Amino acid sequence: MLAQILTALLAIVIAVGFSLLYFAGTNWILDKSLADRVNPDGTEVVRAKQRESIRPWLFIFPALLLLTVYLIYPVVETLRLSLYDGAGSAFVGLANYAWAFQDAEYLQAVGNNLLWLAIVPAASCGFGLAVAVLADRVSWGVIAKTFIFLPMAISFVGASVIWKFVYDYRGPDADQIGILNALVTTLGAEPQAWVTLPFWNNFFLMVILIWIQTPFAMVIFSAALRGIPEETLEAARIEGANEFQVFFRIMLPQIMSTVVVVWTTITIIVLKIFDIVLAMTNGQWDTEVLANLMFDWMFRGGGDFGRGSTVALTIMIAVIPIMIWNIRRFQKEEGMR
Amino acid sequence: MAMVAGGAKAKLGRFAAHAALATLVLIWTIPTLGLLVSSFRDKDQLIVSGWWSALSSSEQTAFGRTGTAADQVEQGGQFVIEGDFLGDGQPGAIATFGESQRNLEAFTAGETAALEDGTEFLLNEDGTYRWTSEQPFEHERGERIFFISEVPPIFTLANYVEVLTAEGIGQSFINTLTVAVPATIIPILTAAFAAYAFSWMQFRGRQILFVIVVGLLVVPLQMSLIPLLRMYNGIGEVFGADPKSYLGIWLAHTGFGLPLAIYLLRNYIGSLPRELMESAKVDGATHFDIFTRMVLPLSVPALASFAIFQFLWVWNDLLVALVFLGKRPDQIVLTSQLRELLGSRGDNWEILTSSAFVTIVVPICVFLALQRYFVRGLLGGSVKG
Repeated sequence: MLAQILTALLAIVIAVGFSLLYFAGTNWILDKSLADRVNPDGTEVVRAKQRESIRPWLFIFPALLLLTVYLIYPVVETLRLSLYDGAGSAFVGLANYAWAFQDAEYLQAVGNNLLWLAIVPAASCGFGLAVAVLADRVSWGVIAKTFIFLPMAISFVGASVIWKFVYDYRGPDADQIGILNALVTTLGAEPQAWVTLPFWNNFFLMVILIWIQTPFAMVIFSAALRGIPEETLEAARIEGANEFQVFFRIMLPQIMSTVVVVWTTITIIVLKIFDIVLAMTNGQWDTEVLANLMFDWMFRGGGDFGRGSTVALTIMIAVIPIMIWNIRRFQKEEGMR
Repeated sequence: MAMVAGGAKAKLGRFAAHAALATLVLIWTIPTLGLLVSSFRDKDQLIVSGWWSALSSSEQTAFGRTGTAADQVEQGGQFVIEGDFLGDGQPGAIATFGESQRNLEAFTAGETAALEDGTEFLLNEDGTYRWTSEQPFEHERGERIFFISEVPPIFTLANYVEVLTAEGIGQSFINTLTVAVPATIIPILTAAFAAYAFSWMQFRGRQILFVIVVGLLVVPLQMSLIPLLRMYNGIGEVFGADPKSYLGIWLAHTGFGLPLAIYLLRNYIGSLPRELMESAKVDGATHFDIFTRMVLPLSVPALASFAIFQFLWVWNDLLVALVFLGKRPDQIVLTSQLRELLGSRGDNWEILTSSAFVTIVVPICVFLALQRYFVRGLLGGSVKG
């Protein structure tokens, strides 16, 4: 144990030291090798311009290298591999795509992902907005927000354990130790094995993600709501608008662009949802999703890289519109700077 | 009149706001509270009663084995076997007992029961029993007597001791730390230099490169996994090294975290006052000096925001760890270990709850202590995928 702690510490020091060494070292070399110098005939050669044209690349080189190796190259490579067989050696054309469109598991995963997309972003934004608005109206709003905030720090796997315990099922004769079934039996209904209940179990898994994403939405919306001038709201109230009208006619339109950003951010998270499904069901009982199916094919039977890549590409294709929208939005903001 | 009605309505509205918010707070806290309470409960109590009844005593069914014929003594013409079912310091009080598992409530504790074979059996609340017979006992194996006992609530750290030692959670805690700290520091350094270059240095292709970074913000991790797995395996083969290594996962996390890091830090560094940079340059400072002596110290809030973000992300990550690290004891991280336990110890809630709590305690502390920075990071980077 102690040995590992020491190894880890050493590794940390080396890793950080190496990074620092790179930046300090390359800059030092640049300054030395392209230093201003005085020629024998006494004329001075100032090479600041050369130095400063190279220096930016020293600054961004590590970042560019890592981005290229870990993101740009893999995207191209995944695209290529989706046209190859399981081992990635023989070209098979569109065979993997043909497989996907008649594979029951794949179609189920697409269907489930669509279901998640329809519900999780909407529910998270809805609850997040509700908390943000309500917390502004009560004296204990800050405490309430802190409590609701906490699940954001919990890992998907940790949250899965927490909720698996909530959903725990014992036979109808036993005392239920899962709070959901305890509630259900108290109300006089039969206890259910929620996680294995086809179709509906999808919703019980979604609850976990909504539980984690609501605090995120809440934080962003709280900040956005604070940006609405108090006078605007007061004016509306004096005009006789009730609280619902104030919310739907004034607050919501004012923060609509924020809602869109939060919605798309959660959409991307939903498209990649993996840990919760893996930990709760591993795709059994009709809960398969794309990211879990992709992971499965990476290792199933020694790994089928062609099919895995095809499934990954499905997620990528769904993300592309958001990516384009993101870039457009960025360019618009840049233009205003 | 109208004023009064309006006042009542407003009061009702305020009450509704309190009630609705209280409900939401409950839904968002009760599941975690259940985990926390359960992780401190005795494992035998945990499986028979809900955690919400943790403070009341629980009923447990158990059985005791009587002494054998060898233990009998003759007292006044009767043969007697005495003993104690709740011997070795077991807590609780026996409520009822019976001869078979189906008939646990046949007799009340303290009452002398006439058993089917004509003998008499007295079982006291404290677990001591006295078994008497007119005929000598002949059995060689103790008889089983089933009973229900009321056990007072027991809270214990035993679950934590077990998971930290026997279930490998302690070791994986260190593994996770080993992954998370460098995987937080390396991208910060790398991204800070790049963000400075993107904000304050002139070079060809600056705009287009940054647009690419913005595009990469949302590229799903899944796109990278297979090519990188193949690449790592290839490198491992060429150099005869293990393709699953800490260095490998640090770099992977760095690569995946960089777009957000560069984006966030550029927003911040780019908004520093231009005059500051200009005056430093007039004084003859190079970009390297300006960056290390002025920009880095000024950017601490932004660096902290990203650091918390990345640290939580890496700490909580499962997917990257599954692909880039092995499941050997010296590599398996907390999330991965917890997932293994979900599979292998799925019914041992005392193990699962305490393990889960160990995995979430660090993020929660980081989060509560540095909430301010975290929120700032969230607000600055809410476009990340």
